[in-house]
Amino acid sequence: MPAEALLTIEDLRISAGGRPVIEGVSLEIKAGEMLGPVGESGCGKSVTALSIMRLLAEPPMRIDGGSIRYDGQDILALDEHALERLRGDRIAMIFQEPMTSLNPVFTVGDQISEVVLLHRDVSRQVADARAVELLTRVGIPAPAAAMGRYPHQLSGGQRQRVMIAMALACDPSLLVADEPTTALDVTVQAQILDLIDDLRRETGMAVLLITHDLGVVSQYCDRVAVMYGGRVVEQAPSAELFAHPRHRYTEALLRTIPASNPPGTRLPAISGTVPPPGKRPNGCTFHPRCHASVSRCSVDMPDLVGSAHLIRCWNPAS
Amino acid sequence: MSLLELDNLSKTYPGANGAVVRAVSEVSLTIEAGEVLGVVGESGCGKSTLGRTLLRLIEPSGGSIHFEGRDLIKLSRHDMKAVRRDLQVIFQDPFGSLNPRHTVGYIIAEPLVVHHVGDRRARAKRVAELLNIVGLPEDAAGRYPHEFSGGQRQRIAIARALALEPKLLVADEAVSALDVSIQSQIINLIAELRQKMNSAILFISHDLSVIRHVSDRIAVMYLGRIVEIGPTEAIMTAPKHPYTQALLSAVPRPGVTRADRVILKGELPDPANPSAGCAFHTRCPKVMDICHTKRPVLAAPGGTLAGDVACHLYP
Repeated sequence: MPAEALLTIEDLRISAGGRPVIEGVSLEIKAGEMLGPVGESGCGKSVTALSIMRLLAEPPMRIDGGSIRYDGQDILALDEHALERLRGDRIAMIFQEPMTSLNPVFTVGDQISEVVLLHRDVSRQVADARAVELLTRVGIPAPAAAMGRYPHQLSGGQRQRVMIAMALACDPSLLVADEPTTALDVTVQAQILDLIDDLRRETGMAVLLITHDLGVVSQYCDRVAVMYGGRVVEQAPSAELFAHPRHRYTEALLRTIPASNPPGTRLPAISGTVPPPGKRPNGCTFHPRCHASVSRCSVDMPDLVGSAHLIRCWNPAS
Repeated sequence: MSLLELDNLSKTYPGANGAVVRAVSEVSLTIEAGEVLGVVGESGCGKSTLGRTLLRLIEPSGGSIHFEGRDLIKLSRHDMKAVRRDLQVIFQDPFGSLNPRHTVGYIIAEPLVVHHVGDRRARAKRVAELLNIVGLPEDAAGRYPHEFSGGQRQRIAIARALALEPKLLVADEAVSALDVSIQSQIINLIAELRQKMNSAILFISHDLSVIRHVSDRIAVMYLGRIVEIGPTEAIMTAPKHPYTQALLSAVPRPGVTRADRVILKGELPDPANPSAGCAFHTRCPKVMDICHTKRPVLAAPGGTLAGDVACHLYP
């Protein structure tokens, strides 16, 4: 390993109302790296992201085991005071819906300056100057004038830019972005993802980019972690994973998207649906939907094995 | 005679301070029996308003809608109800479009009840048949929408839309809320049903890969107008309008680097305050002087049959 990981999640287990949601997730991310946990609704990608910031609704959610280490600290052992110092300063997060994440009764300038004032011992003037600088960096036109605007006066794309400016206020070393462009149009999505990509290349910030969009992952992430049923089922460098998917779920997912098929042809669909927590089958969680399952798949859960390309499958594609 | 002919269809809303919001402007197009026309564009381009206006779920502000030769706008309420048998719609949100207090059997049978088709026994039989067609168990008829997943609910909405074997189906972002593995099941289902019933479909989506997969022809909308329309492969492989080119280029795909893409600057202009000339000129990478003042008309570029484009680059 060239450098020690910035964030290491090990064997994380989370339940909701007694039903296991995350069943042993391990991930690590290095400085400057963009890692993409990808998967369909209910796979556990957002819950994993929220747990890094300790933002889970506890109860009903509960962390049952495992560890999350950030820069030498055990996040699961920190008290609320220490967490507050970390959140928004060293680790920042942006969400899918910028309208509900911004406070409608404060101006854009107030909200960005507040982050700076909370974490840094500076004057209001310095914080405001920093806010203007951040708005400029994220591409808001006429940033000084934009300071006085309210969230409802901005478009969806501009709101997401403001969210990114807030997230960057204290130069975080880790940005957790949970579906940051899912609510945006494709041309605006490209602008926002390019911005995040430029920023991490400039600052060396690590990015955890959570998305359900395989195209987004393939274009921006260095490594991909495919999740299914609360576990990582395959993990590999992006180019390798898309060229040679080995887990049967990844393989099926890539085959089923319209872009992989000649127009008008029948899509190779995956039968059935993702099982909800509490109803996950024995053995490999994917086996009831898998076209290549063998007898062992319904009995034993395979381990995640491999070095650079990890898979959790008894009968992987060659 | 085409199945559906729209001529200069427009829908305007009163905006703030006396402004007029032009949601749909002078849209003319035709759909043939059994044809799938994909309508693509970003939020606010008017694609959903177009779908609802041509069904008269929203009353148009101008233009005409001819369905099998009859002008729908001139029809009385009573006559319009009779025509609705042949026009059905599937919406994006399978949670919001099914009444939670009704059983699935009642929801699917309702169009039959409204149009006085069959007696109780015949309708129950038809419901069972429809559930079978969309791949749901027969006992689903006695259950309620909340007992089903998103993909299953969309199957219920499709069964309802197909109950009367419509001649034209408007599918408004019908697969957009679904996960990838479920989306492909529903796309296959719609394709199968289209072959079986020979229904024409106006397939509205923001997702170009889905549109490409299902459509015979594609119409690209920007700020209430069609900027390009033509056969699917012509639009997808040789797009003419700079907006279509940018839209295709913005879709992230494996193996395409950032340098190869055209990224548009800015966002959609305010539809209450559109600029003069071509609506796209504020973001167009190929803008010329004429684009600021004169609006281009939608026409076939000289010497081609590939489709129509509204752009001054193709005089």
